[in-house]
Amino acid sequence: MSTYPTPQRHHILSVLVQNKAGVLARVASLFARRGYNIFSLAVAPTEDPQFSRITIVVDVEGTTLEQIVKQLFKLIEVVRISELDPQKSVERELFMATVRTDGENRGQIVELANIFEAKVLAVGVDALTLSLEGSPEKLDDFEELLRGYGIVELQRTGRIALPKLDREAHSRAVKGKAS
Amino acid sequence: MSKKMSGASSLVQSLESAGVDVMFGLPGGAILPAYDPIFDSKIRHILVRHEQGAGHAATGYAQVTGRVGVCIATSGPGATNLVTPLADAAMDSVPMVAITGQVPSVAIGTDAFQEADIRGITMPFTKHNYLITDPKDIPRAIAEAFYIAGSGRPGPVLVDIAKDALQKETEFVYPKEVSLPGYHPQVDPENQAIKDAAALIAQSAKPVFYVGGGVIKANASKELMQLAELVGAPVVTTLMALGSFPDSHPQHLGMPGMHGTVAAVTALQKADLLITLGARFDDRVTGKLSTFAVNAKVIHADIDPAEIGKNRYADVPVVGDLKRTIAALIPAVKAEFAKNQPDLAPWIASMNKLRATYPLGYELPKDGSLSPQYVIERLSAITGPDAIYVAGVGQHQMWSSQYWHFDEPYTWVNSGGLGTMGFSVPAAIGAKVGRPDKTVWAIDGDGCFQMTAQELITASISNIPIKVGILNNSYLGMVRQWQEMFYGERYSEVDLGGGIPDFVKWAEAMGCVGIRVDSPEEVAPAIERANSINDRPVVVDFRVEEFEKVFPMVAAGASNDDIILPPSQNERREYLR
Repeated sequence: MSTYPTPQRHHILSVLVQNKAGVLARVASLFARRGYNIFSLAVAPTEDPQFSRITIVVDVEGTTLEQIVKQLFKLIEVVRISELDPQKSVERELFMATVRTDGENRGQIVELANIFEAKVLAVGVDALTLSLEGSPEKLDDFEELLRGYGIVELQRTGRIALPKLDREAHSRAVKGKAS
Repeated sequence: MSKKMSGASSLVQSLESAGVDVMFGLPGGAILPAYDPIFDSKIRHILVRHEQGAGHAATGYAQVTGRVGVCIATSGPGATNLVTPLADAAMDSVPMVAITGQVPSVAIGTDAFQEADIRGITMPFTKHNYLITDPKDIPRAIAEAFYIAGSGRPGPVLVDIAKDALQKETEFVYPKEVSLPGYHPQVDPENQAIKDAAALIAQSAKPVFYVGGGVIKANASKELMQLAELVGAPVVTTLMALGSFPDSHPQHLGMPGMHGTVAAVTALQKADLLITLGARFDDRVTGKLSTFAVNAKVIHADIDPAEIGKNRYADVPVVGDLKRTIAALIPAVKAEFAKNQPDLAPWIASMNKLRATYPLGYELPKDGSLSPQYVIERLSAITGPDAIYVAGVGQHQMWSSQYWHFDEPYTWVNSGGLGTMGFSVPAAIGAKVGRPDKTVWAIDGDGCFQMTAQELITASISNIPIKVGILNNSYLGMVRQWQEMFYGERYSEVDLGGGIPDFVKWAEAMGCVGIRVDSPEEVAPAIERANSINDRPVVVDFRVEEFEKVFPMVAAGASNDDIILPPSQNERREYLR
């Protein structure tokens, strides 16, 4: 079973904010007081240290995405908000899990990790720690398969996303550079 | 040009550069460095008796002048005492800048003496806020705070400054302009939206102007008058909009909402178009939202795009400054009317019949005791529409909205959205400071008065001669009314203990003139005497009938269709169908 909500209810907002103390608290406080649901949230500085990008997956139920965007935009330090259409964006997430192993099934787990191109980060007597970077859907599948072995600890980063590049515009830009 | 000085001097010079002429405050440890240069500043500082008073006074000042009101307090309890006025100002879109001292930056986060995270506390109800720990950031923060507070949809901004930032030496450079990459309020409405709105107006047989406080904030009363007379539709003005359109105008149907006039409430219910200008479909106006104006299309004009579509779908959203929006609508509507002007006569006739059938009215108590509505009516008639009227929250506020006569904007101050008891005395002080040329009357309930009355000491000592009329029924009257109507007359914790305190003695102890009024014939002489005193504040204790209720009324959560009429009008109910 996927841990993600149905696509109709879940939207990715890419929020460019001024990189100032407290800006994450403002965003989180707004969601809390207006009763909006954050499904996942990732925040880090951008290529310009004056700005950070917050990638929020919102679970839209009982409130409109439009209202969430409008209220977010009222925050003075929010500079730009883009809604990323999953069809037109690239998404990545990082996953780490410690899985119990009795020694006999260690090979199976490592084989599973190899199939998914996951990494083995640490090996213990009765456990393995694995990491996987990829699309959230791929991570969902991996997580589901690992559950059968017994997950001791699990940490996911929440997704980050950027718009897919427009191929024509991109190829023009590449041409421009070449000439 | 830069000059070396302390952060505190930089703060005071920044406030002077922002054009501040008065601020309301109370000093304390963390803000102490700022009070030294305040001692020499040309800015008038009014020393309040409680920081809440400073905040509401800043609001009163802002609401009658249209300028940014300023209050200042120390860290910890000083700052938290500003929380209520800041929340109040956020709800009513009041331009305000609050300055607070903070513990020294090294002590922040250590639970130091008088430390409170006021920036964190006030995030939900400030338009923006700052924590300043470096003195060089002070001028920019002040410049930005005033720009943010006064532009777009106005609101409160808090600037919290660590004590060491006030003490350290810095260079003072006041920015010529502010640059905020994430803040660009849209002032000019889009042409297509104006055209769509005008087209909808020209297609509607039953339009109503639903006018909110945004019209006053945008100083757009003149434009509203032109547009309203051009369209000819009935006008309703919300609690926050009283005075934006004259009560005396034949198109004016009064205030809509929980205690609005039958005509105003019903006009919205039966309209086919709401021309919504700077209003926000508050629950006190709409009643049960799903039954509100079900046949109406909606034009919603507001400077804040987040208000549009928040509570009610807008067929035509118009984002922009209302003065410009209404001015743009006038020629657009004229152009549409040249092609097709709907006949509003049947609609206007039906609304006029409603107004005539269900006027605001009350019955005088049979035992000769004093009617609170009568007091309000006489006060308005004797003092006139030029004065400024300030109300607290409760029955007296609603009677004031109903029986005071408003013809001009900026003459009515009240706590609308937050409903803050204790608002009126300090807000009246701020209003009088902002408009010393005007007579300022606060009307208060005896419950409200006891929350902030000590600010009358401020008024006496700082020569701010306001007038306060207490509608004293010895009850938390509005709560008592709800208990009578909805809780089987079980009067739980609403009796304020009749006779204590003695408001006349209390007033005199605070340096005011105190007058007691027990009977209807004493009302006019007391008001005239109060109006003639201008060298000190006056408090008139109107001992009014205890069990009077506010009508009409739409019960909380009920539909506007189920408006409760005054008992004397019940037999006329069939006209509403």
